[in-house]
Amino acid sequence: MDHAPILVVIAPFVGAYLIPLLGLWKEKLCYPVATVAALLSAFFSFWLTASVLELGTIRYYVGGWEPPWGIELVVDPLSAFMCLTISLVSLFAVIYSKNYIGRELPGGKTTSYYTLILLLIGGMLGAVVTGDLFNLFVLTEIFSVAAYALVCIGRKRGSLIASYRYLILASIGTSLILLGTGYLYVVTGTLNMADLAARLPALYDSWVVIGAMAFLVVGFGIKTALFPLHTWLPDAHSIAPAPISVILSALVIKVGAYSIIRVLFSIFGVEFITGPIPIASVLTWVAAVGILMGSLFAISQTDIKRMLAYSSVAHIGYVVMGVGLAMEIGMTGGILHIFNHALAKGCLFFCAGAVIYQTGIRSIDDFRGLGSKMPVTMAAFTLAAASMVGIPPTAGFMSKLYLALGTLEAGAWVFLIVILVGSFLTAVFYLRVVNLIYFGESRVKSQESRVGVGDSRLQTPDSRLFREVPLTMLIPIIILALGCTLFGIFVFIPLSVVEPAVKLLLGN
Amino acid sequence: MTTVVIQTIGRILVPFIQLFGLYVIIHGPVSPGGGFQGGVIVGASMILLALSYDLSSAEARASHKVRIAMDSTGALLFAGIGLVALLAGGFFLEYGIIPLPMAPAEVRGIFILLVGVAIGIHIMALAASLFLHLAEEHEI
Amino acid sequence: MRFEFIAVNFPYFVSVALLLVGLYAMIVRKNLIKKIMGLNIFSTSVLFFLIAAGYKEGGAPPIRVPGIEVYVNPLPHALVLTGIVVALALTTFALALVIKIYKEYGTIDSDKL
Repeated sequence: MDHAPILVVIAPFVGAYLIPLLGLWKEKLCYPVATVAALLSAFFSFWLTASVLELGTIRYYVGGWEPPWGIELVVDPLSAFMCLTISLVSLFAVIYSKNYIGRELPGGKTTSYYTLILLLIGGMLGAVVTGDLFNLFVLTEIFSVAAYALVCIGRKRGSLIASYRYLILASIGTSLILLGTGYLYVVTGTLNMADLAARLPALYDSWVVIGAMAFLVVGFGIKTALFPLHTWLPDAHSIAPAPISVILSALVIKVGAYSIIRVLFSIFGVEFITGPIPIASVLTWVAAVGILMGSLFAISQTDIKRMLAYSSVAHIGYVVMGVGLAMEIGMTGGILHIFNHALAKGCLFFCAGAVIYQTGIRSIDDFRGLGSKMPVTMAAFTLAAASMVGIPPTAGFMSKLYLALGTLEAGAWVFLIVILVGSFLTAVFYLRVVNLIYFGESRVKSQESRVGVGDSRLQTPDSRLFREVPLTMLIPIIILALGCTLFGIFVFIPLSVVEPAVKLLLGN
Repeated sequence: MTTVVIQTIGRILVPFIQLFGLYVIIHGPVSPGGGFQGGVIVGASMILLALSYDLSSAEARASHKVRIAMDSTGALLFAGIGLVALLAGGFFLEYGIIPLPMAPAEVRGIFILLVGVAIGIHIMALAASLFLHLAEEHEI
Repeated sequence: MRFEFIAVNFPYFVSVALLLVGLYAMIVRKNLIKKIMGLNIFSTSVLFFLIAAGYKEGGAPPIRVPGIEVYVNPLPHALVLTGIVVALALTTFALALVIKIYKEYGTIDSDKL
């Protein structure tokens, strides 16, 4: 019997409840426990993925109760892929937290920080392995509440209001999800996803089923920050501490996208969403608007983290567009983009956090000349930005290539143009930053020249101020940046999980 | 504003409410109720104490640290039972499979009681915390 | 005929009405606490819908007693209990946030923040 499906979820939850207990005794123990818990769940994710690829879909009956009575965990290649993405990126976020959180949080709050971050990770992992619609709702709510709390944990100005707005909007989303779940239960009498998929085809004409789908898509759309429903995202993602921004931007909205995929393809089925009610093509159009508008908003930002947050709105559009195409190549691109965007956006937010940690700079204009002062961080930033834009050898290029091929195969030229224009706009705002980093004249230097070049008193404190960040922060940055490149060249590694996932979703 | 009447009635009621809560937890396996419901009742008794007297008297009986410790212990106990079942070769939380020298039905009976007690400990601390934590001058 | 339709589905109409009241309060009200009240009404309407869906005319509570054959469906009750707990956690956290906002800004009017 393979216990990896439950262990991957239990590891962070046990860690989350161990931390307050140890935190009462010694606050220093929180960080190692959190790291070990995240490491364990990453290990179990690898184990899970290996056994899913070998044996096919794994079904796990919690408590030994079989589906109609108990809650079933179903791990297919898509779930395993999401598990791997979530546990890897969140492991780096936990490692990164050590120094960053030590400086940013007031004393005594590290315990609650690590508890909440593990609850967030555990909730997300649970949401992707569960095979029960109601359980998906509960776990969505668990990680959402943890996310609301983590947004305002840094107590920056405005963080409370950002958290409040996130809470109100996302709660409307969860209530709609529950309502949709209730509708489906009323017409089918089951909450198990496999049972639902078996019973729904007979009910495709029912208005209740259409209503349920509308509620579920809008509810998860709010969680995903799909374009018109994205208003909570920029504030929440830019004001949270850097490791939390990484998890929110790279993972939380992706779990929403995963839920949309799961609901549309595994519950309602491809015939329904492309046939009488063309929700798939509606999603594609919404995503196309999101790509363009997100990029345009990002161009007009002056704060680095807000720019990255708006870029997430655009890039979740690529994921949803690929899903909405509902055909093999397009979906491969969309799902692959979940992983590639998680790597790249994680790296970018880590770099932004490193710059804020070291210098306090948040405004893009002040990035001038940082390239010579934090060379490793800035090189990683450039690599990740290249992956976001989709420059050939990087990972971002591969997923956009698959997406573009998908639009060609679907004969939808409009979306190909949207992808190209979107990439161009992305290039505009990322290359502006990269240009400033390497070719912009440093503000500090220009001050220096005003004072007089020979004055060494000014140079010494500056070079001490602008050195690289500690290793616990630098290593996650380097690994994610390398991942952006390596998974572009060795794209068959993520594809070996994505391709069976897409085949299973499309049912062939 | 609390008065003598409120305080006296509160003082008399609190032990009975707690006893009833514990009864609901212990009787969970055979009657409606269980860990969650009983835990909420016990937690509510602390809220009654805080409302009828003042915050510090509730705090003296269930301090911040005690509540956190109980909260974690209950949750860990629950996860522990699940993991023991896993070690015994069953699914997570399939406690009927744990090899004890008695009939399988009795084993299940004992462990559902233990699960109820674990959830009860967790929830009674949580329910009290929900109110007391808001009222205290704590960080979130 | 039409009246009968309304009478049979009365709980569902109430649920939709509550849902709209809650949504209205969340969008229009400026007071942060009233927004939370709206959120509660909104989620309660969903829970009410689930309870109504599980009800069976003349059904007994879902506890096995000899001699009774018709029970109401217990599963929606389990769902509603979980939903209540979720709503409770959300409400408490939202209230804690409002307390902090009031301490920091001195107001809970969303226009003045």
